[in-house]
Amino acid sequence: MEDLKRLEEFQAKIDKGLKIEPKDWMPEKYRLQLIRMMSQHAHSEIVGMLPEGNWITRAPSLRRKAILLSKVQDEAGHGLYLYSAAETLGIDRKELLNQLHTGKAKYSSIFNYPTLTWADIGAIGWLVDGAAIMNQTMLARGSYGPYSRAMVKICKEESFHNRQGYEIMLSLCNGTPEQKEMAQDSLNRWWWPSISMLGPSDAESVNSDDLMKWKVKLESNDAIRQRFIDRTVPQADFLGLTIPDKDLKFNTETGHYEHGPINWDEFFNVIKGNGPCNKERLQTRVDADRNGQWVREAALAYAKKRKEQEVTA
Amino acid sequence: MTNTTDTQWPLWEVFIQANPGISHKHVGNVHAADAEMAIQNARDVYTRRSEGISIWVVPSNQISASSPEDMGSFFEPSNDKPYRHPTFYKIPEGVKHL
Repeated sequence: MEDLKRLEEFQAKIDKGLKIEPKDWMPEKYRLQLIRMMSQHAHSEIVGMLPEGNWITRAPSLRRKAILLSKVQDEAGHGLYLYSAAETLGIDRKELLNQLHTGKAKYSSIFNYPTLTWADIGAIGWLVDGAAIMNQTMLARGSYGPYSRAMVKICKEESFHNRQGYEIMLSLCNGTPEQKEMAQDSLNRWWWPSISMLGPSDAESVNSDDLMKWKVKLESNDAIRQRFIDRTVPQADFLGLTIPDKDLKFNTETGHYEHGPINWDEFFNVIKGNGPCNKERLQTRVDADRNGQWVREAALAYAKKRKEQEVTA
Repeated sequence: MTNTTDTQWPLWEVFIQANPGISHKHVGNVHAADAEMAIQNARDVYTRRSEGISIWVVPSNQISASSPEDMGSFFEPSNDKPYRHPTFYKIPEGVKHL
């Protein structure tokens, strides 16, 4: 059978570590899985601008404001790289946006939590971007060329995000007792969502098998979570903050931290749309799209008019 | 206007020259209403950290590409012409600057 032969060649290519490019033959399931993952990722970047955008006008200094603006602009850029990469799989960006706006496509659960204090901007950069980097450095080694290349670029930029977040936490922890308390409160609220955003435990992850075989993913959610925790706990220690997990302990034999049970009910509940900010986030995106429609139409009309003038001139 | 006319604008492929003297390299694409906007968008999306000194944009539908299926036979003619490479030729030891 032709398809079986092609499938073997496809798998052989992946096993050799070669990248799959847009015009190469690929199983339909590979294409659909990638569209699902990449669009979910793109939506997360775009929706991820909202919790941080909330603090741009109230950043405590001009330096912090400029940094936050740049960071939010980066997130928009990341969304664009990813939509572009997804479009190479033969799906239109408009369709991807429709899927987001109708709730058919998901985005990362973490962005459905509110940013209540300035420390939350620190915690997002330190924890949320920190966790995202763990996932994204793995995705950068994935088999689909355009996705992998987008990830390489994104990872370089995320490192700034991560460090600026930690710097905010550091400033607060070196500040007044109230400021340090604010940092601790923020860690308390963001820790669990940050470690659960890396996805369900391997036993429960429905998509993992094929994704691993096709090197769309190269590591399990639990492995990435473990690495994130191992790297982050000492950073919290340095800040003098306490990770809100009474079961957290270092296992000297394995060299890894062991954590307490994750509340997966909360995770799935937020994914389903019942987090503190789901409705507001989605409505903001729908409104932005609707309010931008006349701009898109006007720009096209202007481009058309200019083209006609060129022809008659 | 109804929503059916709403598009995300045409797609443009973006090529960036990182430094003087080297070729432009494909970096990705952007949506834009016209070439001028495509260049501005490409600047904002792909050169936020001094990644380039020159940008080319080309409408995506204007690019023709070879097909991966034909790769073998398409590039075959060059495989049986090893004499195009300098290493094909044996030069006696002692002969210099060749």
